[in-house]
Amino acid sequence: MNLHRQVTTTAVLLMLFAATGAALVGLTHDTTADTILHNEKLTLLRKLNTLVPADKYDNDLLDDTIKVAANDLLGTSEVSTVYRARKQDQPVAVVLSPVAPGGYNGSIELLVGIYADGTLAGVRVVKHRETPGLGDAVEVSRSDWILGFTGKSLNNPAEKRWKVKRDGGDFDQFTGATITPRAVVKAVHTALVYFNKHQKMLFARLEPAANKPADTAPTDTTVTTQTPEHGS
Amino acid sequence: MAAEQTKIIKDGLWTNNVALVQLLGLCPLLAVTGSFINGLGLGLATMMTLILSNTCVSLIRHWTRPEVRIPIFVLIIASIVTSIELAMNAWFHELYLVLGIFIPLIVTNCSIIARAEAFASRNTVFDSALDGFMMGLGFLLVLVTLGSLREIIGQGSLFANAHLMFGESARSVELTLGESYPGFLLAILPPGAFIGLGLLIALKNTIDRRSKQKQAVKLTGSQPASA
Repeated sequence: MNLHRQVTTTAVLLMLFAATGAALVGLTHDTTADTILHNEKLTLLRKLNTLVPADKYDNDLLDDTIKVAANDLLGTSEVSTVYRARKQDQPVAVVLSPVAPGGYNGSIELLVGIYADGTLAGVRVVKHRETPGLGDAVEVSRSDWILGFTGKSLNNPAEKRWKVKRDGGDFDQFTGATITPRAVVKAVHTALVYFNKHQKMLFARLEPAANKPADTAPTDTTVTTQTPEHGS
Repeated sequence: MAAEQTKIIKDGLWTNNVALVQLLGLCPLLAVTGSFINGLGLGLATMMTLILSNTCVSLIRHWTRPEVRIPIFVLIIASIVTSIELAMNAWFHELYLVLGIFIPLIVTNCSIIARAEAFASRNTVFDSALDGFMMGLGFLLVLVTLGSLREIIGQGSLFANAHLMFGESARSVELTLGESYPGFLLAILPPGAFIGLGLLIALKNTIDRRSKQKQAVKLTGSQPASA
């Protein structure tokens, strides 16, 4: 009997602490959830704006998105999001999220902004595990190398010059690190090829008015994206 | 009474320093100290956790039962760390992105549960809070020192990315050793963290030995050398 009582008190005690802890976390979550969501949107938008400047478009970049299926040209194995910029309903640019598979230390995730005329608005590295001090020069905070893509397109430089200098191309490699820039150059190039192939689909609007709630948009477009896959 | 608090302060900052003497919490210590700001950010978060967890544990020390005290401490610490993580995500979003996984990993910093068990569960609320603050401060100072050293030697800069914590106006406080500094890769990589920490520990031990020798020679109750 005494033992029973002891076990019950202990269990109740633990339960009380668990409940209090959960309440504390729940309360903090409630107070911070909106700010966190806002922060994440802002961070993403700021990142996108470094590729496509805010004064070049007038739509809501974060709302006007489509999901595209995994594609070899993008190096993706999952559905990825494409952000679309428009001005007065005319297509201005898209931001793709390709992955460069051949980094020195795993995949390198990129953001590639492409204007409607096929020139590059800019490229940024989102995530990588390259060697600090050598391969991480692809980060914009470490060197200007990645800015060199801006203004380039499929024909500028010509197809076979889309390589690092060591391979007979136009792009610099880094001292002591060729693999990283080679992977990035290749991924940017194939992203441009992808854009060229699927341009219509990438800018396609679900409906002209676009006053449909944003949350239903992605499901519809995922279907659309599968068609152009074998077209053109 | 005051002597006891003095001892707590000295213990936390020097004699029983979490990082230099207890050698606890080395994983975050070595991983994030690539720069001054990273060290400061994680140090402050850990210090907050230590103060809050010590206070809570001390507050409930008469109500727990010995059999379940450890699970209860873990619950308290986990709730506090999760709340701090959410708060940092909300109000220091960019710093949160930089520190990443190491904020939730504060839970696994042994020094926190060690202080809860060894100190807070047996002492008054005030003393426990003070102990949490001083232990946290001692940890923070090591993080900041190691972060600064690695940043200066590795990248030739100091206070880079200060705007992550202090807002845009702090961008200008970044110091550089001049554009020509080539950088020293080893200092930024993990081995640099181990070597740096080793040197700091050696320095502390040397200072301790010197002050002991001085005391032995003089036999006057002089304070530890201010180095």
